[in-house]
Amino acid sequence: MIRIRIIRRAPLPNWARIAIPVIAIIVTLILAAIPILIAGGNLWKSYYYLFYGALGTRFNILETFVKSSPLIFTGLAVAFAFRAKFWNIGAEGQLLAGAIAATWIGISFPGVPAFILLPVVLTGGFIAGGAWAAVPALLKTKLKVDDVVTTLLLNYVMMHIMGALLFGPLQQPGSSWPRSPEIVAAAKYPILLARSRFHMGIPLAFIAVFILWFINKRTVLGYQTKAVGVNIRAADFGGINTTAVILKTALISGGLAGLAGVGEVCGIQYHLLMDLSPGYGYSGIVIAMLGNLHPVGVMFSAFFFSVIIVGAQTMSRITGVPVYISEVIQGMALIIMLIAILFTEYKIKVAKR
Amino acid sequence: MEEKKPVVEMRSIRKVFLDVIANRDIDFSLYRGEVCSLLGENGAGKTTLMNVLFGYYALDGGEIYIKGEKVNLSSPKDAIDKGIGMIHQHFTLVPSQSVLENIIIGAAVEKGLFLDFKSAGERVVRLGEEFGLLINPDVKVWTLSVGEQQKVEILKALYRDVDILIMDEPTAVLAPKEIIELFKTLKALVKRGKSVVFISHKLNEVMEISDRIVVLRNGGVTAERKTSETNIRELANLMVGRDILEKLDRKNMIPGKPVLEIENLSVLNEKGLKAVKDLNLVVHKNEIVGVAGVSGNGQTELSESLFGIREPVSGVVKVNGKKVKKGNPAAAIDMGMGRIPEDRIETGLLMDLSVEENIILENHLKHGFQKYGLMNFNRIHEFSDKLIKDYKIKTAGSDIAAKSLSGGNLQKVILARELSGQPSVVIASQPTRGLDVGAMEYIHERLLEERDRGAGIMLISEDLDEVFTLSDRIVVMYEGEIIGEAGSGTASKEQIGLWMSGVKK
Ligand SMILES: Nc1ncnc2c1ncn2[C@@H]1O[C@H](COP(=O)(O)OP(=O)(O)OP(=O)(O)O)[C@@H](O)[C@H]1O
Ligand SMILES: [Mg+2]
Repeated sequence: MIRIRIIRRAPLPNWARIAIPVIAIIVTLILAAIPILIAGGNLWKSYYYLFYGALGTRFNILETFVKSSPLIFTGLAVAFAFRAKFWNIGAEGQLLAGAIAATWIGISFPGVPAFILLPVVLTGGFIAGGAWAAVPALLKTKLKVDDVVTTLLLNYVMMHIMGALLFGPLQQPGSSWPRSPEIVAAAKYPILLARSRFHMGIPLAFIAVFILWFINKRTVLGYQTKAVGVNIRAADFGGINTTAVILKTALISGGLAGLAGVGEVCGIQYHLLMDLSPGYGYSGIVIAMLGNLHPVGVMFSAFFFSVIIVGAQTMSRITGVPVYISEVIQGMALIIMLIAILFTEYKIKVAKR
Repeated sequence: MEEKKPVVEMRSIRKVFLDVIANRDIDFSLYRGEVCSLLGENGAGKTTLMNVLFGYYALDGGEIYIKGEKVNLSSPKDAIDKGIGMIHQHFTLVPSQSVLENIIIGAAVEKGLFLDFKSAGERVVRLGEEFGLLINPDVKVWTLSVGEQQKVEILKALYRDVDILIMDEPTAVLAPKEIIELFKTLKALVKRGKSVVFISHKLNEVMEISDRIVVLRNGGVTAERKTSETNIRELANLMVGRDILEKLDRKNMIPGKPVLEIENLSVLNEKGLKAVKDLNLVVHKNEIVGVAGVSGNGQTELSESLFGIREPVSGVVKVNGKKVKKGNPAAAIDMGMGRIPEDRIETGLLMDLSVEENIILENHLKHGFQKYGLMNFNRIHEFSDKLIKDYKIKTAGSDIAAKSLSGGNLQKVILARELSGQPSVVIASQPTRGLDVGAMEYIHERLLEERDRGAGIMLISEDLDEVFTLSDRIVVMYEGEIIGEAGSGTASKEQIGLWMSGVKK
């Protein structure tokens, strides 16, 4: 008889932490063949156009970068929160809060020069997202309300607030669509490369990666969030103000998600629309997990995701495989990564007897 | 006695963790009907060796024979199938379920689809009677004391027909009376031909219960003795490689001004009942006050309220004459309180973080460990390395995760952290639980040094010997109150024992 057992394994060396997500991505890409075949696609052609669409031309590469910006922001937002075990599933709502703030500022101050308006828009979006995340953080710390539930539900609340605004005070005058007026030119992110949509939000995302890495690695706040995430009881015993730490974590996490929303309004759409985000906030959860909650990991996994999302469009146009394939692949990536994480602590042993 | 065949034979066992050799080519045998003790310093490799035998860790080298048959244990389930049971220091019971449910989890399903609670219950009662483990099978586990939970763990193993029982520091959490009961059980077990491996740092226990003693040091076996042919002094020497005298250099000191004043303190326990009732106690500068008592009489709640992690319902605590803010750990730290919690893993340590990150937990905001919100890692390394050296903490480095340290070394990390800030008050709750004799001696010396330096120390301990060797004054806690008090010169063990059982003078 052959028996299969799952047993605990010794701690893995550091290189494995990098190898595991890489392997997970490779496995995901291999297994993606199954849905592609089911959808009736030609396998090699599909893979070819997936990568060609994402990386084949200058424009395609730049589009992939454009897509990666909101994904990096939401990925960082979730990763930073999860590190402190603040289960922020609400990056989507916080993104919208940031977008609403950016839109409001962007249409309300004509005549203010860009060098003043842009920082105001960024700060406003950050604060709006952070404040929206602070609500569940307060409920968690003061009333012990489960953060998974509240952060998730507040996404829908914010969606409806946005709907109400777009049919009300923020609606473009004379229009019957749920759409805001265009923001003023000074509030638009500068386009940094000609003949593309490569806007200021992309370098900002990479700067955010560095800042988050720095916070985690070198600052007191980074140490405190780690301590709270690892053992909140011991952190409390050690004199760390755990309530304050969770609140700060929420502000930063929500603020980052808010910046994703600012980027979509000021860098891409220039209007506020109902379908501003195709679920960037939710993708952020997957990206954070795939990136092992590490800022640099988040950067790479966000980039991988944008390759899939951007490439799938070209693939779909040419081979007829539905675009939804990209969401299937994203889902697979999450499941495979979760399994891979499991195997960092356990291993399968097959015993004959 | 004729040469017996061993029931367990471990040959050249080798177990290597990332950076430590925990077991280097150990030979170990266990015979039918004996209690064999494993003795060794903290980090010597006792737990690791037994975890290997229990199938918890895979071998890096060596062979295991059980009743003469070579086995390949790939999980605890395999070990149980071969008749080996292990009781860890941390129990694995489900608190919300009954004793019976806990015992038959996993064992019964193999017999069929339906659980036969009635006959299972009868069997548990029978086993209980046979081995002195009387527990009502229908009560929920969370209502049981630590000692009773341990009985459930033993029953759980016996229910699975084990004939080799490994007990890793079972007495560390027991009251003296419970230890006597445990020993009765162990004697009944070996009388019926079962074999027991017993791990403890308390040499008198080892002398009392075991037939044979194996001493480990640095991952290898250094000696083996028949209990009848050795004594405590030799054992201590074998363990640490030098004489342990426990003749502390105890200066007489005149207690100074009060440093800790507890006035009318009342604290609730988890169940909402008053665990500490209107308690008054003063500790002076240069004084050690021993708080003796059977565990569960409010000591935990008292210490936690002093630590700031449990808010008292009424009363005042003053340090150096100043009121301490209630329910605020940071306030207690700022007032100069060194706090040694009894529950080191849950309360005292960040197991997934490194040793140095644990060492700076309380003062990561001070001492130049940070500036403008940035951590100063050079200072942190330097400081941690010094403490690791001073306290002889056995670790591969200051950046190693705390969870890879042995139990005793974890305790040293806490002590190093708490005493390094020259506290004016030290609250030490079971400070030497799980420590080897050498480390215990060291901690005792350190506590006395702290006293001589000028700290006032409140020593909460179930170990009467410890209370007597260290304290200048002894108080006894019973049902949340201080039932008696005596100077250490005038107190007799008999009197203290009476107070501990609730008999007032
Ligand atoms: N999971 C692990 N990962 C890395 N190192 C470990 C692990 N478990 C134990 N060690 C190391 O192996 C050595 C032996 O540890 P072990 O727990 O067996 O000691 P012990 O004799 O039981 O000590 P104590 O009396 O303090 O409980 C120690 O140096 C410890 O740091
Ligand atoms: Mg041990």
